[in-house]
Amino acid sequence: MGCNRSVPDRRSERVIKAAILIQKWYRATMARIEMRRRYSLSIFRSIEYADEQDQLQLSKFFSFMLDHYTNLDSVSPISTSPTDPQVVGECLRITEFEEKIDVPDSYYGPRLSFPLTVGDANALIHAFRNKQRLHPHYVLQLLCETRRVLKLMPNITHLSTSYSKDITICGDLHGNLDDLLLIFYKNGVPSEQNRYVFNGDYVDRGKNSLEILIILFAFFLIYPNNISLNRGNHEDYLMNLRYGFTKEVSNKYKEHSTQILYLLQDVFSWLPLATIIDNKVLILHGGISDTTNLDFLKALERNKFVVFFLKLKSLLQPPKSVGGRHNQKEGISTTGLSKHTASKHDAGKTQHDSSLSSTEPSGSNLPAGPTQEEWKQILDVLWSDPRSQNGCKPNKSRGAGCYFGPDVTAKIFQRYNLKILIRSHEFKREGYDISHGGKVITIFSASNYYEEGSNRGAYIKLDPELIPRFVQFQSSNHTRRLNILERVGTIESSALKSLQELIYAHRSELISAFAQYDLNGTGCISVPDWAAAMESVLQLELPWRMLRPRLAQMNPDGQVDFMSCFYDLKMDQPIKEAQPALVETLCRYRKDLEIIFNIINKDNSGLISLEEFSQTWRLFTSHLGIDVQDDSFDKLVLSIDHNKDGHIDFNEFLEAFHFVHRVEEKANS
Amino acid sequence: MATAPAAAMEEKESAEDGKVAEIEKRIREAFEVFDRESNKTVDARDIGCIVRSLGCFPSEAELRELLAKLVEEVEDEEATRFIHMEKFLPVMTKVLLDRSYWPIREDVLLHAFEALDENKCGYITKEDLVKYLTEEGEPFTEEEMEEMLSIALDPETDTLHYRDYLSKLVVDETKIFPFHV
Repeated sequence: MGCNRSVPDRRSERVIKAAILIQKWYRATMARIEMRRRYSLSIFRSIEYADEQDQLQLSKFFSFMLDHYTNLDSVSPISTSPTDPQVVGECLRITEFEEKIDVPDSYYGPRLSFPLTVGDANALIHAFRNKQRLHPHYVLQLLCETRRVLKLMPNITHLSTSYSKDITICGDLHGNLDDLLLIFYKNGVPSEQNRYVFNGDYVDRGKNSLEILIILFAFFLIYPNNISLNRGNHEDYLMNLRYGFTKEVSNKYKEHSTQILYLLQDVFSWLPLATIIDNKVLILHGGISDTTNLDFLKALERNKFVVFFLKLKSLLQPPKSVGGRHNQKEGISTTGLSKHTASKHDAGKTQHDSSLSSTEPSGSNLPAGPTQEEWKQILDVLWSDPRSQNGCKPNKSRGAGCYFGPDVTAKIFQRYNLKILIRSHEFKREGYDISHGGKVITIFSASNYYEEGSNRGAYIKLDPELIPRFVQFQSSNHTRRLNILERVGTIESSALKSLQELIYAHRSELISAFAQYDLNGTGCISVPDWAAAMESVLQLELPWRMLRPRLAQMNPDGQVDFMSCFYDLKMDQPIKEAQPALVETLCRYRKDLEIIFNIINKDNSGLISLEEFSQTWRLFTSHLGIDVQDDSFDKLVLSIDHNKDGHIDFNEFLEAFHFVHRVEEKANS
Repeated sequence: MATAPAAAMEEKESAEDGKVAEIEKRIREAFEVFDRESNKTVDARDIGCIVRSLGCFPSEAELRELLAKLVEEVEDEEATRFIHMEKFLPVMTKVLLDRSYWPIREDVLLHAFEALDENKCGYITKEDLVKYLTEEGEPFTEEEMEEMLSIALDPETDTLHYRDYLSKLVVDETKIFPFHV
């Protein structure tokens, strides 16, 4: 069907007009689809950052617990009292697991033999591709070996390009095994000729964090000088509790998860902080601040920094004076944890008082904890984000590290004679981003991070001239490539679903906020009022007016029927025999409570004793500043154990928490 | 003492103010989605997307005109240009109040497709579509053309059945992005 050009102009004029119209319309439609994609990413990001703030609240409670709790082994499965002989024994024997954990003949997974060879690494890749599990015996062996070798590495690894070959640099993987395998497929596995730097955040969120670690550690053991593993902010036990890695390990290794997690905590603390290539290219996970001091970082004892989140509290708010412990308080809370780690290594050599009660004199019994300065240096390096505005400001959306501007980069570059800073830590739609006039590169290797189709991953090939080249990729579940409408549709519904969960969790607050605008009780309020209520309750800066059609219905007068926000919200895990108000509270706090419960429930049995519960309960309520009378408290504890079996399961635990929440609300009203 | 007409005038003015306030809020929202660093600026290349997602249908030429009002001259053609919220807000408010670049009605759009369908068979072949849209009017880039084909084209016959396409796309769109101010 051709267009006959010899036909009069009038017709082709019509065609031109039609073409312009269609092009105009199509471009507008595409722009709106792009807007939908962008606001979906906004939703994901805001919820993610808000969640990190919640994590901060949780960590405050933890450090409160550690500061005041006299009997630590009820609190954490990992930090233990040296006085508990069973635990000490277990720790001593952690290197003698060969006798402890048998590998049955029926096990067909990879059998590693140390020192590892490329054959072992390939066997692991093959096994994980086929969804097999590595036997805990080998996991522990691998982790022990990894720790042994990591200890020999300096805080900052130095590489040089004298081999005249490229070095490949990868960013966040977050448990996406498909991405790691895709990188190895495109770029080859690590070897002496094919060197790699991995820039942290191997774990959390994705489903195969452990497999990624195992593969990377295996290659590290085979080529310790050709693969560099930097630490990320997610290589931290408290983060792992919240963001899924701990759960992944517990699910995959029921009996041995505690041992594995314990070892991992230590291995993480031994990961180097940064890598420098040719003294010109600095590679670290987060960023820098105006006070970043590489010599200082090189000199500190990096393995003292086990858990970062505990530290955030003190950096954001100066600690309140408690007894005579003011200056040492922050040192103590974290030293507490790392001290136990140290004491495990020394197999009970220390008889330190594990109690961190306020009767203890300020730090005279304990080894020197990390200083405030050391904490700041490390947090800056692992948490900071670059921004286009000059200056160095505290990073308020993360709660740690800074926002650093081009002037900060220029200053640090001048001081250390650097050419490029390569960092990760931030989601990038194209897998990479360049800022500060080419000086700062962000590299992010977890494709489809928020949702199928949300973003590409990328890696950097750095040549001997130190010129970076970017390679992008995207792993996919679909054999047919989705078109843009389908891709955006998927991302959008996923984002909206997360948002709706949040809406549901704040239902009563939202309803009272809406009611305040609805003076006549009609059930309808104006769009601006609806938007204002949503923003003030949910505390998320989102384009509410744009989202309104997806979240609530409008009546013919152009007013929002606010109760329609709550139609069609199905919650995934209904809790048996729970009242509706309880369910809402539980949804909001479920994550935190699960974490707390799992910490108390150290043998992973799903049950905690009344005594353990009681202690934790007292702590929690005193932390919240609620005064609960002793006798009513005992009655409460007894009443919580519905089935009277002397133990409390998770549902009973949640029930109890709801009680406190009501008490708190009453106290605040 | 306010006379009746004055009072009515006041009421009308405050209703107008309310309307303008709402428009400004909507503009800010759209702008902020693209304001990646939360510093009240967006990349100039994103302005087209923002304007269009506010319900406008400017042509590329009209967009360039709009951009010219917003951007200062720079020597370096390659440098990224940023637009500040304070500059964008009044310009865009006027656009919405004046109803410039008003939406295209579905029936008008249908006529446009019919104009390209010479033999009136209800569809346009891939070759014709590509020819018209990449050669006439404000031509599509290769990427734009490919994208449209991936959504619109029936892969078995390599044709675009425009009535079906429109009814699917337009209905979805008006549900998600109603255009009234």
